[in-house]
Amino acid sequence: MNWVIDNVDLIWELTLIHLRQSVVAIILGFVLALPLGWLAWRYRAARGGILTVTGLLYTIPSLALLPILPVLLGTPILSEVNLILALTIYAIALMVRSVADGLGSVDASVRLSATAMGYGAVRRFWVIEFPLAGPVILAGLRVTAVSTIALATVGALIGIDNLGYLFTNGSQRRIIPEVLAGIVAVLLIALLVDALLIAAGRMLMPWSRAKRRRARRGALPLEVSVA
Amino acid sequence: MNLIAEAIAWIFSGDTGLLAPIPIALLQHLAYTFASVAVAALIAIPFGWLIGHTGKGRDIAVAISGAARAIPSFGLLILLVLLFGVLRTPEAAIITFVLLAIPSILAGAYTGFEAIDRKVIDAARSMGMTEWQILWRVEVPLGLSLLVAGLRSATLQVVATVTIAAYVNLGGLGQYILSGLPLRRFDIVLGGALLVAALALVLDGIFALLQRASVPSGVRADQSVRFAPKRSASARTAPAVS
Amino acid sequence: MIQFTEVTKEFADGTRAVENFSVVIPAHKTTVLVGSSGSGKTTLLRMINRMVDPTAGEIEIDGASILKQDAVKLRRRIGYVMQNSGLMPHFTVIDNVATVPVLSGVPRKQAREAAMLLLDTVGLDRSLAMRYPSQLSGGQQQRVGVARGLAADPNILLMDEPFGAVDPIVRADLQQELIRLQRELGKTVVSVTHDIDEAFLLGDQVVILSKGAQIAQVGSPSEIIENPADDFVASFIGVDRGARALTLKQTERGTVVVDSEGRTQGAIVGGPG
Repeated sequence: MNWVIDNVDLIWELTLIHLRQSVVAIILGFVLALPLGWLAWRYRAARGGILTVTGLLYTIPSLALLPILPVLLGTPILSEVNLILALTIYAIALMVRSVADGLGSVDASVRLSATAMGYGAVRRFWVIEFPLAGPVILAGLRVTAVSTIALATVGALIGIDNLGYLFTNGSQRRIIPEVLAGIVAVLLIALLVDALLIAAGRMLMPWSRAKRRRARRGALPLEVSVA
Repeated sequence: MNLIAEAIAWIFSGDTGLLAPIPIALLQHLAYTFASVAVAALIAIPFGWLIGHTGKGRDIAVAISGAARAIPSFGLLILLVLLFGVLRTPEAAIITFVLLAIPSILAGAYTGFEAIDRKVIDAARSMGMTEWQILWRVEVPLGLSLLVAGLRSATLQVVATVTIAAYVNLGGLGQYILSGLPLRRFDIVLGGALLVAALALVLDGIFALLQRASVPSGVRADQSVRFAPKRSASARTAPAVS
Repeated sequence: MIQFTEVTKEFADGTRAVENFSVVIPAHKTTVLVGSSGSGKTTLLRMINRMVDPTAGEIEIDGASILKQDAVKLRRRIGYVMQNSGLMPHFTVIDNVATVPVLSGVPRKQAREAAMLLLDTVGLDRSLAMRYPSQLSGGQQQRVGVARGLAADPNILLMDEPFGAVDPIVRADLQQELIRLQRELGKTVVSVTHDIDEAFLLGDQVVILSKGAQIAQVGSPSEIIENPADDFVASFIGVDRGARALTLKQTERGTVVVDSEGRTQGAIVGGPG
């Protein structure tokens, strides 16, 4: 515990770096996933291709993707840009499915009535479809955000320092409190970002507050004797 | 592009110097992965089925999955290795892998059951099936596909973490990536990365086939089962309106 | 024969679906429980095979209390047909029909042979035997559901709005099938519906229920139409202002029967039968 107290500055500094890397990747991932997800939803033919490619990218372990990306894209391997790029790719892969499924969850009758009332396609997307897809997209965004924040620690293995540095350094010098501090810091940031997203969701989507937890189990309202 | 050629050349040359030969590393990687996923499955599947069948405990399971997602696997690995001591690194690593794999398999098990139409379960019960019969004759076969999806997800997560575990000298394919860096042998680094990527993609492909095969015939005729939130029927049949 | 004696059902959230319900359901006849949603009719039905247990009261089948019997064994002796048939999507049609006999230990081959005969009984083509439910139409699925209910040769057949999910033409077809089956087999059928016309068509005895499973009237269709017990029943079956409020009208060719909207429904032929 002494170690933690002595090194609060270091932890704080690394936390900020970690946040910066993660948040950039999350935002980029979200923004890029929107058009891709929309394409996958709108055009049946594109759906398979887009989901397959993103799925394949997501399958590749992070430690492997980090050396491969620079070769494909020309970015220097040991740079922060490389890490953020890899994190963004994972974020896109996770979000594309949420966006596609979110848009797909919008009741067709709502869309049809919007068109019948005279909404043009673009306006209808931003005013009707996207907001109604919100809850599903937000759920995906929360998962993506938390995963990205945890994943970013891998950067330390190739020398890109963020909170992962506490793991590599703690491992080499056998300082357990340091490693623990790293884990706790990552958890706290993840919790914080998740809470912020939930709050944002409540503010931006007041209609979804009325929906209680979606009842997953089918509605058989009667008790059943299982004796 | 040159580097890719060099990397591939390195792979086929098999010149791993002081590092383990590629086949050995591959075997280590697979052994750790499958052993861990198997143990995790033995733990997670019964609980998942219990949650899915009784409907209780779901909230705890979801909370665990959510929390687990936030834990950096790299950090957990280092922590356990330090706690167990250097001599017990393999044990510490396997425990890390097992803990990582459990949430996905658990989720696969109970979502597989939850996706089953409640009326089918009700019909089975009203015909006079015992709870065990409902479990084995109805829920398990119908929920199998999502369970396999959970196993697939867990396996890939473990493969990724075994790769990282080369950092604590656990062997596996990650050692080429990590050892190549200080040596500035980027052909080895890339070679290792390509091997890991290839392994992950092959395993994913195998699981994709398994997933499709695990959908019971009668259900396959009707729909494809995905590891995704259920979409409303109306969205599915809606004509594309632009 | 099935006997309900002062049965009450209160659910965990406090709703009293059934309040002091007593009725005798005669053997070998079709009894239809009819009422709007909330009348507790499905709850009553599901008490017979103990999918729901009463909070108070007694239910007896042929004089023996079912509450003391093993629920699983009881259910295997009672046929149950649901709306949307509830077929096992991963079993073939023939295996769906043979489910209960196989559960009870009948060798699968034998059970399947018997199931084939049942397919004939319910009017299904044998070529459908190896298909899966998802490959059948709604009407065909319902027939499979009925065949499955009959497979263990139960004395009692429970039907929960069995024809609700199919279109009117198929429904009429299935209703006639059921009437024919009953003539052949003579089971004790207890059916639940919200459709009074179906109740009058199928039922030897009709039980009209209001909220909380209060019995508004019990009797044969003729008894009820000729003598509705109160205004609720009269309005429910449509004899005051609805489809059964008929008047006579003289035309050149004779006397016709006209409904409350003024549309001619039929003509008077001959005298009272």
